[in-house]
Amino acid sequence: MSFRGFLPRERFDTLFSILHKIGAQCIGPTVKEGAITYAHLSSSAQFPHKVTDQQEPGSYRLTPTTDARWFAWANGPQALKPLVFAPEEILWRSERNATGTIAFTTDAAQMPLTAVIGVRACDLAALALQDQHFLHPQGQDASYASRRRQLILIAVNCTHPSASCFCHATGDGPEVDQDYDLLLDELDHGFAVRCSGATGEQIVQQLSLEPLQPSQLNEIDNANRHAAEQQTRHLPATDLEQVLNTLQESGRWQDIAERCLSCGNCTSVCPSCFCHSQHDVPAADGITSTHVRQWDSCFTQGHSYIHGLVIRNETRFRYRQWLTHKFAGWIRQYGRSGCVGCGRCITWCPVGIDVTEELQGLTEEYNNA
Amino acid sequence: MSEQHQQPRVAVHKFSSCDGCQLAFLNLGEDLLALTERLDIVFFAEAGMMNESAEVDIAFVEGSISTAKDAQRIRNIREHSRYLITIGACATAGGLQALRNLAKSDDWVQAIYTNPEHIDTLDKVSPVREHVHVDFELWGCPINKNQLIALVNSLSLGVLPFEETDKLCMQCKRQQHACVMVTKGSPCMGPLTRSGCGALCPAFGRDCYGCYGPAENTNASALGQRFDGVGLLSTQISNRYLSIYSNEQAFACTGQGWNEES
Repeated sequence: MSFRGFLPRERFDTLFSILHKIGAQCIGPTVKEGAITYAHLSSSAQFPHKVTDQQEPGSYRLTPTTDARWFAWANGPQALKPLVFAPEEILWRSERNATGTIAFTTDAAQMPLTAVIGVRACDLAALALQDQHFLHPQGQDASYASRRRQLILIAVNCTHPSASCFCHATGDGPEVDQDYDLLLDELDHGFAVRCSGATGEQIVQQLSLEPLQPSQLNEIDNANRHAAEQQTRHLPATDLEQVLNTLQESGRWQDIAERCLSCGNCTSVCPSCFCHSQHDVPAADGITSTHVRQWDSCFTQGHSYIHGLVIRNETRFRYRQWLTHKFAGWIRQYGRSGCVGCGRCITWCPVGIDVTEELQGLTEEYNNA
Repeated sequence: MSEQHQQPRVAVHKFSSCDGCQLAFLNLGEDLLALTERLDIVFFAEAGMMNESAEVDIAFVEGSISTAKDAQRIRNIREHSRYLITIGACATAGGLQALRNLAKSDDWVQAIYTNPEHIDTLDKVSPVREHVHVDFELWGCPINKNQLIALVNSLSLGVLPFEETDKLCMQCKRQQHACVMVTKGSPCMGPLTRSGCGALCPAFGRDCYGCYGPAENTNASALGQRFDGVGLLSTQISNRYLSIYSNEQAFACTGQGWNEES
């Protein structure tokens, strides 16, 4: 899509007003609990100001910066996933009446129109993957679908990848090229604006954009190219599906298991992981109960429990499952790898296990065999 | 379930403990009234009802076994109970009292008590499961009301109780807290600890100290190495592991290992 114009920084809150006018709540990046996280916002004053992030395996720190841009940082622990695939939600309620029959009622997920400001390319790619899973033609997930319909996606191109990022290697970033309503490029004094679809068009019409200068277009090109070049992590340039499927009995899985806590942080922050479990929460009255779905992980015992048996009872099997499914199984299931290169599993692993390093080690073992 | 059914009879017993887990019953508030509609509470130490030898369907037991009299009492309770459920760290795993198993407790008795001859304890503090068969264990220091309600419902409906075995990190991430270990280098025990508390400490920006005990499939030594990496002294690492669950193998080995380092 072509550029539609320039939105000066001091008029950015017009966007909030337009979104509120069309009935949308706004969610965007803000500093909370020592990280840049997404929360309900009412104005640009709540964006991160003069702050950036430093990420490395097992470590995330906010640091002050003289850069006055609001989006001069790489993704924090979460973005879109919790909005559409709820971490915990009630699927239905049951109530036993006096005659002993049980009545079921569903809790239709209700999310108002929701504009998410600041979405990055990796998260849009992950959203497309989650769509493939939850909006599958043979079994659409009603709660996911109802929330997904309510999203207005206002992307901002990423110019500050962290040391954990590798979206250039998966082909998912850093430039946004899909599924947005508005796409912004941040410049010193404001934002270059592109749009897509009817909602995006409707918003742009009301923004009273100024013309963009050719020098600004050059600056945007350079910033996007620079963002890709800054990334230091890579994936092995090989057929990972073949490597992983061949090395199922590798000793490396045990080596990883000695470091891995099997805590599930990697799968929880992964924007494409979709595993969940369900259980019932009975009320004290002994009559009513709610059926709850929550995020699960291939690192839990319950994930591989089948009729009296935990199939993956050791960490080496659980890590193998995570890596093999993410980088090999997904290809057969959904036509592409499940990794979008956001690097969250590297930063947010409490002991700093790095998937790119493990995949490199496995590839070397495969090549030397 | 028809109204004519006799209501399940319940007892709540106390051994060596602080009473905090019994308070989970009293903290039920309105839910306690709902539960008493469905249960006959025939014995409840904290609430003043006393009849230790009554026949009951469910006996909840708080506290660890510290004395010969305790050991005798728990056998008596077992004989009169259909299900025996431990509540909390002390009954389930020995709790704080089990710290004396790591020390020369006789020396402490001599040093602290004016008349040490009145102290008559067993050599070791032990969890209830070392004395009698336990049907189910509720972990926590203290337990909370959600665990109690879920358990009572499971037993009264005749289904296996749901056992919370996941790492606390799972619950913490579902609540979307930023990891305190990753953002601040705090020595969080979450990656080893059983979920169920609702991630109370990380919700307030502090590290979990493991009060719900070991989860399944723990890697205590890898986390100990990490604590070393974020700058904890050997004694501090040892204390993380040996406070409430010094008697649990999953924490004890690593805790004692760092204790010897110090």
